[in-house]
Amino acid sequence: MIEIKNLVRKFGSKYALDDISFTVRDGDIVGFLGPNGAGKSTTMNIITGYLSPTSGNVLVNGIDVFEEPTKVKKLIGFLPEQPPLYVDMTVWEYLSFVFDLKGCDFNKRAHLDEVCELVKIHDVKKRLIKNLSKGYKQRVGIASAIIGNPEIIILDEPTVGLDPMQVIEVRNLIRSLGKKHTIILSSHILSEVQSVCSRIVVIKDGKIIADENTPKLNKVIGQDNKFQVRVAGPQKEVHNLLRSIHSVRNVTCDGVRDGDTYTYVVEYSGVGDIRKIMFRELANKGWPIMAMEGVSTSLEDLFVKLMQREKEDN
Amino acid sequence: MLAIYKKEIHSYFTTPLGYIFLAAALVISAIIFSLSTLLSSTADTSGYFQLMIYLMVFFLPILTMRAFSEERRAKTDQLLFTSPVSIFSLILGKFFAAFTMLAIYMSISAINLIPLYIHAGANTPNGAIIIGNMLAMAFVGMCFIAIGIFASSLTENSAASFLITAAILIVLLVINLLNTFIPFEWLRTVLSWLSIYARFINFTYGIFDIGAVIYYLSITFIFLFITERLFQVRRLG
Repeated sequence: MIEIKNLVRKFGSKYALDDISFTVRDGDIVGFLGPNGAGKSTTMNIITGYLSPTSGNVLVNGIDVFEEPTKVKKLIGFLPEQPPLYVDMTVWEYLSFVFDLKGCDFNKRAHLDEVCELVKIHDVKKRLIKNLSKGYKQRVGIASAIIGNPEIIILDEPTVGLDPMQVIEVRNLIRSLGKKHTIILSSHILSEVQSVCSRIVVIKDGKIIADENTPKLNKVIGQDNKFQVRVAGPQKEVHNLLRSIHSVRNVTCDGVRDGDTYTYVVEYSGVGDIRKIMFRELANKGWPIMAMEGVSTSLEDLFVKLMQREKEDN
Repeated sequence: MLAIYKKEIHSYFTTPLGYIFLAAALVISAIIFSLSTLLSSTADTSGYFQLMIYLMVFFLPILTMRAFSEERRAKTDQLLFTSPVSIFSLILGKFFAAFTMLAIYMSISAINLIPLYIHAGANTPNGAIIIGNMLAMAFVGMCFIAIGIFASSLTENSAASFLITAAILIVLLVINLLNTFIPFEWLRTVLSWLSIYARFINFTYGIFDIGAVIYYLSITFIFLFITERLFQVRRLG
């Protein structure tokens, strides 16, 4: 269990963290969500003892990180934003160094083999780290975090810079690690934390603006839906028709035309799917739908919604 | 500490750094040795050893210039400082690794002395002076390495780290040379505390000076200690 209490961290006169408190229970996969510069890395660096807070404290299993750092560091495996790799070493040399550094006291060979198996880096064991692709480097970084079977694994933006296939692999890896470990991972991608984490902490400008389990947050997001549709037909009439459909809240058209085809963003609220109705209405008029796709909620949309909810609550 | 020591030794021999240090120091010492003893037909090694100690100002920073600056640049310090190891033992690991390289240099360069014994005839070299000078080099080298490690914690740039170390060592050398010209007794006393270059004189006569040993150990410890404090303070930002 990690208890973070009233954490404040200043860089010069700027507040990077402004009174942050939250608790991570054993077995949680917590997603730490926020835009770049929100304070995610700073928080993680403080939990792992790399930085000290200006005030406030962090307790891991009841032990204070700043009073007994060595004890706490034994419980935590950390992957910083940039994997801390010695590029002149081979993968095996590096992992073996990390094993020694962490002072693990079980069978080295067997343990490292197990870790390599888990993150799928067996085939590059003997290669120099500097010659590996970004995806492999990231996995070596994750491997170094899980060496020694720490109770808690902290991953700072583990999927940044990876290609889509690698992103999926890393997410699956995190899910499988989550069965045995407590995990905190940071991300600036909403869909990522939605798909991996059981709980989401949203942070903005050094403050926590939401801290709840994923289904509950999904509800906030799901209150209205949004998709993008391309329709061939006169812009004004199509716009009015879309607007007239029941439960559509807003229609915007970007005005970029391609022949007589325009792209509209339709926002609608409530449950049910309006796409069937829309299809029939447009078909009646003889205006064909050229393309239709969902628009995923962006982080900015989420912030707006969280702010709205707060206002309503007040 | 052992893990970081092994890693450092490994990296001295997998990057050019260790080889550059050994090659440069060995070549220069071979040349100076031939000029100062063999070609001058003397078995007196003091001149050779003293010059080599002064030249360590340029050789030892090669070993320490990357110590912490490279870790910071590559962000591998995040791994080290979030591992269950105290900062001081990380520093000691790096210190002993660099010192091991100095010891390797000294062992290999001892080959220089062999011709002296073969060709000296009745004029055999003085063993006590040789051992004394080697001790002097080891103790002075220890301080240089500690200062180098301290300098490497100040910057992310290993070239800058090299220059800072060399600059500190040269300033100390100049202070030592100018010391006798300073008219104020009190200032001379203060500066003599910084006289890394003066304290080993007894060793070069073949006398074991316990006071000097304590002095060199203290200077080494002080620099390693302020390096540790520096990292603690930096965490606070």
